[in-house]
Amino acid sequence: MQSLIVLVLVTTISFIIIRSAPGDPFSYESPNVSPAVRQQLRHQYGYDRPLLEQYVRYMSSVARGDLGYSIARHEPVTQSLAAALPNTLLLMGVALALSFVVGIGLGATQAAWKDSWFDRATSTVLLFFYSLPDFWLALAILLGLTYWLPLFPPGGTIDLVMHDYLPFWGRVGDRLKHLVLPVMTLVLLIAAAIARYQRAAMLEVLPLDFVRTARAKGLPERRVLARHALRNALLPVVTLLGLVLPSMVGGTVFVEKIFTWPGMGLLTVNAIDARDYDLVLAGVIVGGVMVAIGNFLSDLLYAVVDPRLRD
Amino acid sequence: MPWSTRVSVTERGLGLRLVLARLWSRRAARTSLLLIVLLYAVALFAKQLAPYPPATQHDIVALKDRPPSAQHPFGTDFVSRDVLSRMLYGARVSLSVATLAVLLSVTIGLTYGLIAGYFGGRLDEVMMRLLDALLSIPRLLLLMAVLTLWTPAPLSALIILLGVTGWFSVSRLVRAEARSVRQRDFVAAAHALGARPHEIILRHLLPNVLAPVIVAATLGIANVIILEAGLSYLGIGTHEPTASWGSILRDGSDAFGTAWWLMVFPGLAILVTVLAFNTLGDALRDALDPRQLPGASTIPSTAEADIQRTLTPQRG
Repeated sequence: MQSLIVLVLVTTISFIIIRSAPGDPFSYESPNVSPAVRQQLRHQYGYDRPLLEQYVRYMSSVARGDLGYSIARHEPVTQSLAAALPNTLLLMGVALALSFVVGIGLGATQAAWKDSWFDRATSTVLLFFYSLPDFWLALAILLGLTYWLPLFPPGGTIDLVMHDYLPFWGRVGDRLKHLVLPVMTLVLLIAAAIARYQRAAMLEVLPLDFVRTARAKGLPERRVLARHALRNALLPVVTLLGLVLPSMVGGTVFVEKIFTWPGMGLLTVNAIDARDYDLVLAGVIVGGVMVAIGNFLSDLLYAVVDPRLRD
Repeated sequence: MPWSTRVSVTERGLGLRLVLARLWSRRAARTSLLLIVLLYAVALFAKQLAPYPPATQHDIVALKDRPPSAQHPFGTDFVSRDVLSRMLYGARVSLSVATLAVLLSVTIGLTYGLIAGYFGGRLDEVMMRLLDALLSIPRLLLLMAVLTLWTPAPLSALIILLGVTGWFSVSRLVRAEARSVRQRDFVAAAHALGARPHEIILRHLLPNVLAPVIVAATLGIANVIILEAGLSYLGIGTHEPTASWGSILRDGSDAFGTAWWLMVFPGLAILVTVLAFNTLGDALRDALDPRQLPGASTIPSTAEADIQRTLTPQRG
């Protein structure tokens, strides 16, 4: 119920902000289009109605599952979304999972070896990646690993020529090969945040009594760290899902654009270039929904992993 | 005890000096602070430092896409403009956009958070629910949408848009702080003495929530610099002939396999600047954290964890 309210608010706010920008889809057509034709197009698509009426119409059609019609792609917006969303979910899912594994592993190891050369070096490298613009990192990786060292394909999800002729495992391999670079870019950007947080959480747990007890029992250090300290230090990291998702959604925009990955980010960037209002709005809303779901999941997960919050 | 306790250190007078001393005692913090001062100086004196005007096209045939040389230390771009000069002026644009946008965010965030935190109750609940929704909207996507429909948006519009989309996490932070400060005895005492709401907010709550806000603002500048670069890279941030680091990168990205200087120098400028702000923000957070004072408790509360999370470098 609460998430539903958030969704309605997200849609409303996006609608208001995007409509309040000067201009509409027909302000930017070529100068050869006469004002009369522009006016007629506006009328045809309902952009000349009062904003409130447009809003009510839009919300009621969204509630019925109709997100409008893409002017540039000549298809219902839902159809464009249906084609793009699975690609983005695949990319983000793999990248998220890997980021958490890498981030938690790095952060916990850093904390266990606090102030060692490993800890310092990792912190520096992570902060370095963290301070790079997403698109710059993506371009550098594209240049390095497809142009100088042509190890991976430069873009797309499959090899358009060969894919259909490959055996089953060949096709799986082809998909994986195309997934490597976009995922790598996202993981380098996201894992840094997770590792920093995991390190801090671990350092907070390590001086506590139960860790000392575990050591006093004579357990091997590895077991103390993995079974006793890490398990408790994982709690706050779960809530990071909600924090990481917005940067993930933003990062995928650049990554999908640069690696021509046909997902939501590329769809939205192209829609923006084409002034495709309905599709842009849908792109923002889907992004918002993803983040809202992420927040909801992280609240839920927090209750699952922390018995103190269970009824 | 949540964050507010640490500010009582500041109230005792030795606080500010103590914080500065702790900050200065770390080499990383010292370096980044000096670097930031230097960067602002470069931005301020761009006109004196730049060898050429930023938009002059020197010789569009002979000097197009030239690699670094004595005349053009950072090379020239696709219309023969001097990259070094563009970067010096770009520092002015990138830094002032980020600084002004964050100032705006902090102002809005403080106002919103203090009001919600002071009054509490129904109002607070509604304001926080609204904030949840605002926090769910991906900032980059929204900015992209508005800026494309508003092309070419003037620089002031860019600053305002970055500012009004950046205050959500600040106000959540401020609200959490304000709520905990509000429950403390000296606020109750002020109430009993007949202080009016605005007096309590301005005299008692505001000074006590400032510490984490300063940290958030420092990290916020780093975030906005990356955001602005990204928007300019997409061609919807700053517009020709204005140079920002992102727009130089955009010019370079068309030829990034051949004209490496167009990618490397502005990329490094962004990296160094963002690194400096992130490092300073981290150091400030540690310097303002009473848990790192001798004799402080080591067990964090939930509110504490929430605040710590807001105060790690963020992006997007």
